[in-house]
Amino acid sequence: MLRFLIRRLLLMIPLILGITFISFCAMSLVPGNFLTGLKMNPHISPEVIGQMEAEFGLDRPLLVRYFRWLWEVLHLNLGVSLAYRVDVTGLIASRALNTAILSLASMLFSWALAIPIGIIVAVRQNSILDRVLSFVSFLGMSVPAFFLAFLAMDFALRTGWFPVGGSFSPDYADLDMWNGLADRVNHLILPAAVLGLAGMASLMRLMRSQILEIKGAEFVRTARAKGLPERLVIYKHVLRNALNPFVTMAGYALADLLSGAALVEAVMNLQGLGLLLLNAVRSLDVPLVMGSVLMGTVLLLVGNLLADLALVAVDPRVDFATMASQ
Amino acid sequence: MSALPRPTPAFADAPPRPTVAARIADEWRGAQWPARVSVIVLVIFYLFAIASPVIAPYDPAYQYRNLPDCPPMRLHLSSGAERANGLFFAYPMKIADPLARRFVEDRSRKTYLRFFHRGHLFTTADPNLPWFMLGSEGLGRDLFSRIVYGARVSMFIGLVGVLISFSLGIFVGAFSGYMGGWIDNLIMRWCEIEMSLPQFYFLLALAAVIPSGLSPVVTFFMIVAIMSFIGWAGFARVIRGMAAAVRSAPFVEAGRALGGSRIRILGRHVIPSMLGFAAINASLSIPGYILGESALSLLGLGIQEPAASWGNLLSQAMDPQNIEHYPWVLIPGLFISAAVMAFNFLGDHLRDRLAPGNAR
Repeated sequence: MLRFLIRRLLLMIPLILGITFISFCAMSLVPGNFLTGLKMNPHISPEVIGQMEAEFGLDRPLLVRYFRWLWEVLHLNLGVSLAYRVDVTGLIASRALNTAILSLASMLFSWALAIPIGIIVAVRQNSILDRVLSFVSFLGMSVPAFFLAFLAMDFALRTGWFPVGGSFSPDYADLDMWNGLADRVNHLILPAAVLGLAGMASLMRLMRSQILEIKGAEFVRTARAKGLPERLVIYKHVLRNALNPFVTMAGYALADLLSGAALVEAVMNLQGLGLLLLNAVRSLDVPLVMGSVLMGTVLLLVGNLLADLALVAVDPRVDFATMASQ
Repeated sequence: MSALPRPTPAFADAPPRPTVAARIADEWRGAQWPARVSVIVLVIFYLFAIASPVIAPYDPAYQYRNLPDCPPMRLHLSSGAERANGLFFAYPMKIADPLARRFVEDRSRKTYLRFFHRGHLFTTADPNLPWFMLGSEGLGRDLFSRIVYGARVSMFIGLVGVLISFSLGIFVGAFSGYMGGWIDNLIMRWCEIEMSLPQFYFLLALAAVIPSGLSPVVTFFMIVAIMSFIGWAGFARVIRGMAAAVRSAPFVEAGRALGGSRIRILGRHVIPSMLGFAAINASLSIPGYILGESALSLLGLGIQEPAASWGNLLSQAMDPQNIEHYPWVLIPGLFISAAVMAFNFLGDHLRDRLAPGNAR
């Protein structure tokens, strides 16, 4: 176990270095830099631009800039955002909460719907219910999340039941705690439903195929043969085994937790990390982008590791030796 | 054991090889209706893309300045002697409230629809009195014509992208899996790095490299190149796993025993054995390219105006006011969804047909 952990943690180092370096190069490939827009402005003198360039270190070669960034990161300093002139860590943290709440809500929505529906559909394989729900889920998988977001906006505009985009009302600051909370929840429902619906279909199909696979296994036949009622067979033997891949998926979900859905955030104007990063990439705010990339990568790798650890704990067929050889 | 050679059946006895048409007809009969509908939808969309000047009733760039944000027009059936002018007609729209851009039908005039007229599949007899099947957009251009032209981008981006990333993925994957050792290790680590990159943002950053003044065709190919560069790694990994598995398969051993070179075994035996799997994966990964282009164009980084793509047509809907007053700006999204759906159903069908073992 310890050897496995050390091995995996050591393997993370080249991955993180590689990903951050490639991202850094990609940002530098873009012609111009953060100050290009300012240079167009006749009110800003070239001296000021030069001064800012030196201050941000933009006048140095690529490798120097990368290693300086890396050096600061090793001292737990992600730098200062060029656009907002604030500490990147604080900036990300302020938006991360919004995105995390949205991701959690949408995950709850999709898991709470997908797993029971998947079970029902698989138990009644080839019934009309199965055919209809499987077909609808396939349709649902094909509708892009951003289009669902547009439809949700249309729905909100037409019915007036929900606010049209945004994370909170303009008068949010004046609301007391409970009204403020209600306001946030009210703004959360539609985006969570959009993201949840978009993710639901594939989850449901996975659940269905898992159960169908295990229903044919020999230990299930044994359970039936010894006279267990069908309910117990399904809940105790089939379901427990069918949930294995979902343990893995919960780990991967950790990475998705903060990466959010930039497009849905852009369409629905949500103040999340996705939108922040979107704008940062477009304005070439290198420290902010690199901070987000680093955070996303670490979350992804840690999430995968946790998923593997959870799988070993849950599935007796998997142990550290087989895991390490993969 | 008998020393007699096994009698070989004469070629004349063998059943005739079915013609391509017969095999297609056979596939069609064996398919379920979702797969059939998907094929029909895709054929229509590819016709849009190939024959856009014929299918689009109007010039996609022509701006009907007096008809901006005009709603879809209703079509009426002509009666009696009117039929000589055309079977269908519409009432031209005129602006009732210029500020709110509200239109009403002008009942005093009629504009007749003609088929196979002036080189179009259908268009109105008088080009100055257009019939907007799906409405017009903010500058008064016909939305349907723009969607037909936009199909060129959306329908070909997937094909070209898959072609690039799959030839790359198959070659690198098969090479890596067949070679094994440190080469394999190095290539796979590189793939892992590429797969762990935050893909959408990476796409955004690279799309920003594309200068804005380029022609739509060049932009199209640059977007495809960027997306293929991001997309090939995952596929290479799967192929690599398969190649490693067939490395000791009897037919590869036989090839080696007969003295085939590494390259020959790779090209003649290892790669062909994976083509079926590749076909399934190709059709399932096309939607990713369509969605990627739409997302970029939606954010204004993809195909630029005045060229049309389904993504940049939908970008009008980024303003909630447009959704509220001109709901037909959402129509291009229906086309994107339909295309993605069709490719998904087709891929699902191919998976059932070609790889029954993996059938879900």
